Amino acid sequence: MAKKFLFVNRKAPYGTIYALESLEVVLISAAFEQVVSLVFMDDGVYELTRGQKTDAIGMKNFSPTYSALGDYEIKNIYIEKESLEARGLTLDDLQHLVWEDEDDDWAEKDSIHLVSSKELASIMADQEVIITF
Amino acid sequence: MPIEVNGVSHETDEEGYLVNLADWTRELGEALATEDDCELTDAHWEVINFLREYYEEYQIAPAVRVLTKAIGKRLGKDKGNSKYLYELFPYGPAKQACKYAGLPKPTGCV
Repeated sequence: MAKKFLFVNRKAPYGTIYALESLEVVLISAAFEQVVSLVFMDDGVYELTRGQKTDAIGMKNFSPTYSALGDYEIKNIYIEKESLEARGLTLDDLQHLVWEDEDDDWAEKDSIHLVSSKELASIMADQEVIITF
Repeated sequence: MPIEVNGVSHETDEEGYLVNLADWTRELGEALATEDDCELTDAHWEVINFLREYYEEYQIAPAVRVLTKAIGKRLGKDKGNSKYLYELFPYGPAKQACKYAGLPKPTGCV
């Protein structure tokens, strides 16, 4: 039975284990064919920033894995507009994530949606399970 | 149990997956397969090489459903299906092919 899962990511990618743990649970949920959407808000918007380099902190750079989300049929990745703006970031600072539509000759379609806090509230209201990291 | 190739011993976990990804060589892939009585053909290597490239790009081993779809896109529909992949890797295409590719077990793999 597929349920609508929303994973809310609110923490910076390194320094705590939350971002990586969230990504693992997201991949597992999607592998079990659940309907999975993601939100990045607060410091969570940093998880998707381009050009991460982790050599100096001795941790694996897992940011390339976000590009695989499309392969896992994850087509809705919401970025909270207010969080992005408060940190002086724009969508250009984030990875450009897409999914490929098999029924449309593998056309690449955007997975990232910039939404306001208000819009996010109605997206959340529409979910069956919400898990926050 | 460690696996030995050309006199060099490589550490594996309790399920036989390589502990150190950087240890992997083609010979080591063959040796891991031989332990399971599996002889690797070009068809096997096509999948193994695909998995290594996937890991290189995304830093994960894909789940079986993702692998099947991606193989279909890359190598054609006749190969991107469970029947074809299970014939090559009867213990589970993602699980078994990842082992010979020197990758960790796919995330979400039971």
